[in-house]
Amino acid sequence: MKKALIPLGLFLVLAVFLAIGLTRDPRVVPSPLIGKDAPAFAAPVLATPEKQFSAQDMRGKVWLLNVWASWCTACLQEHPVLMEYAKRKNIPLIGLNYKDQPANGLKWLARQGDPYDLSVIDQDGRIGIDFGVYGVPETFLIDQAGKIRFKQIGPVTEEALEKQILPLIRELQK
Amino acid sequence: MIPELGHFALILSLFVALALGILSLAGGQTGRRDWMALARPATQALWLLTAFAYGCLTYAFYTNDFSVVYVVQHSNSNLPAMYRIAGVWGGHEGSLLLWHFMLTTWMVAVSLFSRQLPDAMVSRVLGVLGLVAVGFLLFMLVTSNPFLRLTEVPANGRDLNPLLQDPGLVFHPPMLYMGYVGLAIPFAFAIAALLNGRLDAAWARWSRPWATTAWIFLTLGIALGSWWAYYELGWGGWWFWDPVENASFLPWLVSAALIHSLAVTEKRGLFRNWTIVLAITAFSLSLLGTFLVRSGVLTSVHAFATDPRRGVFILIFLCAVVGGSLTLFAMRASKVRSSGSFALLSRETFLLLNNVLLTTAAASVLLGTLYPLLVDALNLGKLSVGPPYFNAVFVPIMVPVLLFMVVGTYARWKSDGLADLVRKLGGAALLSLVLGCSLPLLAGPWSALAALGLSLALWIVLTSLQQIYRQLRDTAHWKNTPWSFWGMHIAHIGIAVSVVGVTMVKGYETEKDVRMGVGDTVAVGGYTFKLTGIREAMGPNYRADVGDVELSRDGQLLRLLHPEKRTYFSSTMPMTEAAIDTGLTRDVYVSLGERLQDGDHPAWAMRVYYKPFVSWIWGGSLLMALGGALAALDRRYRKKRASATSGAPIKGVAA
Repeated sequence: MKKALIPLGLFLVLAVFLAIGLTRDPRVVPSPLIGKDAPAFAAPVLATPEKQFSAQDMRGKVWLLNVWASWCTACLQEHPVLMEYAKRKNIPLIGLNYKDQPANGLKWLARQGDPYDLSVIDQDGRIGIDFGVYGVPETFLIDQAGKIRFKQIGPVTEEALEKQILPLIRELQK
Repeated sequence: MIPELGHFALILSLFVALALGILSLAGGQTGRRDWMALARPATQALWLLTAFAYGCLTYAFYTNDFSVVYVVQHSNSNLPAMYRIAGVWGGHEGSLLLWHFMLTTWMVAVSLFSRQLPDAMVSRVLGVLGLVAVGFLLFMLVTSNPFLRLTEVPANGRDLNPLLQDPGLVFHPPMLYMGYVGLAIPFAFAIAALLNGRLDAAWARWSRPWATTAWIFLTLGIALGSWWAYYELGWGGWWFWDPVENASFLPWLVSAALIHSLAVTEKRGLFRNWTIVLAITAFSLSLLGTFLVRSGVLTSVHAFATDPRRGVFILIFLCAVVGGSLTLFAMRASKVRSSGSFALLSRETFLLLNNVLLTTAAASVLLGTLYPLLVDALNLGKLSVGPPYFNAVFVPIMVPVLLFMVVGTYARWKSDGLADLVRKLGGAALLSLVLGCSLPLLAGPWSALAALGLSLALWIVLTSLQQIYRQLRDTAHWKNTPWSFWGMHIAHIGIAVSVVGVTMVKGYETEKDVRMGVGDTVAVGGYTFKLTGIREAMGPNYRADVGDVELSRDGQLLRLLHPEKRTYFSSTMPMTEAAIDTGLTRDVYVSLGERLQDGDHPAWAMRVYYKPFVSWIWGGSLLMALGGALAALDRRYRKKRASATSGAPIKGVAA
């Protein structure tokens, strides 16, 4: 009788774990960078390469850094959300044109529309590495003190924007 | 109107299933004949209603009825008719309906081919299956109704996921579901036997062909899925240890153990508790697979839309089915004593070893699949378990399985002598070791893993052939050899064939990722690929870049390959259609990647592979399925049926 209870016991343990699993989202990956200083960088601006953009320039402002590329199909998915966001003129949205030919990036923006205040060139992906980017698109929310407060892996969805990013921006701007 | 009729038929079938589940089970337990008599007609009515509902949904798809939400989400008026019919199971709701339809089909099969069984047994089995059907019908009606309508009818549908627009969709899911659902039958037999308290040889004999048939479908379903991934995903992989793949592999492993355990229970009356637990586990893993796939608790390349409500429902259902049956087992198991003993060296020992190893393999795959979930639930962080874990754990467990698989067929029941076995097997052992270690030298650089894989495969083939030779030598006429004997050896040789495929691909495949413009060439595995041009082509619902690639060897043009990059109108995600030249001893595989450069000298990313013996992986699976079919159709199952029904000649029933 006792031995015959073993399978039932094992199953019950499994069921408890499955129930806990249901309450979690496996896609949420915590970033070690959250709460840390955003990596400092300075790089040429995509539209006007003779000008440099430096992360230092944004001190005192809350801003978004969105990693994108013309070869990235998932970026097309988030693009309408960003365009919609840009219309509302919220906080600065800086694009990081990651591992891309600048010419292709410009062409892509001309074709799809440009939601960014400006984009910077990261042709060899160095800045992306500092930010721990492991897939495009990714989006970082950076506060006045230059700390990363939020990271979105994958496309920014309507839901993520409304429920997470915008409330956090409002809180940071208080 | 038609979708409402389908919906109504589903609701009606819920009540039929309830009546079947309650009355037939009660009838079987109390011995009331009038209730028992209900089981067969109620099962057939359930099947008719489900088939009708299924037909209604298919009709809605075929006629592009975009007032039905499910059709809008998974179809489009440009979709070819074949995919409009197969699109029924292209999404969650329709998949469930197909699942349920197949369950009722298996049930009808039981109701028709069970005349030699006692009525009480049939009632219990169909009653248990009726209750399982109630669970699925409730699941569908409460959380996943495929017949929901829209008040504002859109002009067109969102189209079927382009990945699914492939002949693979037409065959892979139905095969796999047939296997998953088929495991409900040995499960129901096990529960019925537990309720009855009699787990005898007759019970094992009734369960065996059903368990084997379900296993055949699983084998074919998994092989088709693997082949589909190989040519459709465009990166030449054929198995990824993805949670959803594992969900189908787990029941396969356990049902393979079940088939062998049933053999011992039938022939020797041993391992009864083992067999019961395996029958329950195999079906539980089918349900667990459904839970994992449909609830979204694990991340997977099979990114199905998920809904937490569905997860909760399946979990409750899982607890009811698995918890209920394991409780019943705990209550009854002490009464089930296996009688008889066997020596350490005997066929029983080898079959026990097979059970233990296959179960261990399944447990370690299950652990790897659920590990991310366990770690997350304990707040220890997020992680993913990849192929390195599975390969490191699975391969060592499989080595003894392959080593002892055929040895078991040489050993006698009860006890055997070691000297005798060594005398029979020594020659084959030496030959397979020598050949297995030297053959890799012909294929390329020698590697220990390749030598191990080939030696084991040769060992299985040589010992099986020797066994067939001995059988033919010792029987008067080859026709006297039972089909199950042929089935067993063909299935075992099938495993060896797959092992050769896996070993050769793992050891000797080569791939190149290159940037190619028109006129460029690349060489892989002795073959030369020349890109002669890229043109645009239109499909019914997509636009494609089609590459013209000349495949040649030693300056001799072999054929033209046409890899495609398709953009479906309904989706922004480009799809890769690889071009494959399949051969008996190798595949060469080209897929077209991103366009890297526009202008006068355009260039594309191309991926080319040379994959030795890759088709053997699936060829072996076909042999396994063929072997299973021969075993399931063995005369001793047919004979019982024939003599019990009308005394018809055996041959007539065989067809």
